Amino acid sequence: MKKTERKTKATPVRNAGKTAGHAETGSSSTSAENDAGEYLSVSEIKELIELVSEKQFNEFELERGGFRLYLQRGGRKSAAESSRQALYVPPPAGETGPVEIVTTPPAAAQPAPAPQEEKLHVVASPIVGTFYRAASPTAESFVKLGDQVEAGKTLCIIEAMKLMNEIPSDASGTIAKIFVENGQPVEYGQPLFGIKV
Amino acid sequence: MFKKILIANRGEIACRIIWACRELGIKTVAVHSEADRDALHVRFADEAVCIGPAPSAQSYLNIPQIISAAEITNVDAIHPGYGFLSENPHFAEVSRECNIAFIGPSPEVIRMMGDKSEAKRTMKAAGVPVTPGSEGLIEDEETAIKEAARIGYPVLIKATAGGGGRGMRVARNREELVTAYNTARSEAEVAFKNSGVYLEKYIANPRHIEIQVLGDNYGRVVHLGERECSVQRRHQKLIEESPSPAVSYELRQEMGRIAVEACKRIGYNNAGTIEFLLDEDGSFYFMEMNTRIQVEHPVTEMVTVSDLVAAQIRIAAGEELNYTQEQLIFVGHAIECRINAEDPVTFTPSPGRITTLNLPSGAGVRVDTAIYDGYFVPPYYDSLIAKVIVHSRTRERAIARMRRALESMVVEGIKTTIPLHLKILNDPDFIAGNISTRFMDRFLK
Repeated sequence: MKKTERKTKATPVRNAGKTAGHAETGSSSTSAENDAGEYLSVSEIKELIELVSEKQFNEFELERGGFRLYLQRGGRKSAAESSRQALYVPPPAGETGPVEIVTTPPAAAQPAPAPQEEKLHVVASPIVGTFYRAASPTAESFVKLGDQVEAGKTLCIIEAMKLMNEIPSDASGTIAKIFVENGQPVEYGQPLFGIKV
Repeated sequence: MFKKILIANRGEIACRIIWACRELGIKTVAVHSEADRDALHVRFADEAVCIGPAPSAQSYLNIPQIISAAEITNVDAIHPGYGFLSENPHFAEVSRECNIAFIGPSPEVIRMMGDKSEAKRTMKAAGVPVTPGSEGLIEDEETAIKEAARIGYPVLIKATAGGGGRGMRVARNREELVTAYNTARSEAEVAFKNSGVYLEKYIANPRHIEIQVLGDNYGRVVHLGERECSVQRRHQKLIEESPSPAVSYELRQEMGRIAVEACKRIGYNNAGTIEFLLDEDGSFYFMEMNTRIQVEHPVTEMVTVSDLVAAQIRIAAGEELNYTQEQLIFVGHAIECRINAEDPVTFTPSPGRITTLNLPSGAGVRVDTAIYDGYFVPPYYDSLIAKVIVHSRTRERAIARMRRALESMVVEGIKTTIPLHLKILNDPDFIAGNISTRFMDRFLK
């Protein structure tokens, strides 16, 4: 059979079964959250808007981890963007025309983690496969929350096509967040660990 | 029947495959690059897996990532679409080794047809007429002269390391041949670091006629008629149609019979297309075989009332072809225009956000596309954004229908080649069916 023996068949990586018009049930909190643990606070978003207005940009797009921020001058809503929420922000004094903000929550159906107070360095998966915390079912996890790690330290294994790939940390610091569960299928770019640098 | 299929592709063909799966009750898995997170195929698939960054080499051409995605989503089969890995025998092999059905022919057949000169030899042995030419490379002037006389002027001197139209010279007689031969060799040395050349009969105004075939896993093969794809620019097809205005009933029978025979001999299964060059005197010669579903498959679907992608899936799942060649009917005339995100005059690519979109509809109009209002056409992939297909009873009516369809198609925010297509559809030669692969050269002058 094509499946490996020890895999616990977890939920699919992402449920992308949206139909047009279906609104994403993301949070509409004041900070743009995402499961990358990287976000912009309200004050940071306000700063960005002011910068964009001040510098007379017509369009501004920022993408980081699973988070994307798109600002467009002119306030025209684009139709059929089912996973977006538009926030109307009145222009700063002296500016003509509203600046529309469209924030895109990541398409992943995974629940957003609790808001972080600090920016974490996110180690993302470089390959598609199955995530394992340890080298074997009986071995100890490579790392746990709170561990100090150096860049290059093996954090986990991702199994792809029967090969065990050791994933090294690309930063030094403390393991502050583990975004995935043992045995969970992961995709390219999926956040695995949050490291407090 | 398969329960779940992974589509190893993107854009309109990925959507096409998803629609076929939906109709068959099969679940779908989309794979995508980071640049395609908002792509239509990702939105409509049941599951989606990001397999890499934007560049194709690291995503849509990345075999380990795609196979891994297939494993973690537990699919039964992979449909490779067209382009990308669809004719990669190694990909088909890996898939097979991982017990995932590859929706296409066997890796052995893919490999055989992938080597162009090997394919020619195989087809020749299977009774398919091939372009008369030299057996191997021409090592000296004397041989060149002898071979050219045997083949018959005019001849084409082709660099073996060339391709896509490069490294070719025409010679109409003995004198021209001697010069052309020597020049071609030195040019090839400089351009390809390989001075090897061979000779082929030169066909001045060929028409590109291809035959669609379908074979099940039990040896049954049928053909679904021809498509004419002569309107091309730099070997990229712009407009395709079925039937061809130059192919009579008898010629269709003959070409179809030869195509089916050849497929049976090489053990071909699933969907495929055999491409021929049709000379003005009615003779036709094998060019190459494509062992996959093709971009222009919809024109065949319209005139045969069939679903080729569904047929591919059924065949791969082990179903038998449940009709004979005699039961196949051809109805009316179909034309397809490939709309690209390019400047219609300079052909400069035009990626960007589509701000207003109105797709044509109405009687006899079909649009295969992955664009939507507000969609950002990424700059990393080919520029095809939509295929507009029309069907009507006659060619004349189909042309009128296509004109009206394209006139009502609105795409703002990016440039498209719609104006170019409208010009072609109003060209007297095109309307009269006087086309060949040289048509666009004349048209663009």
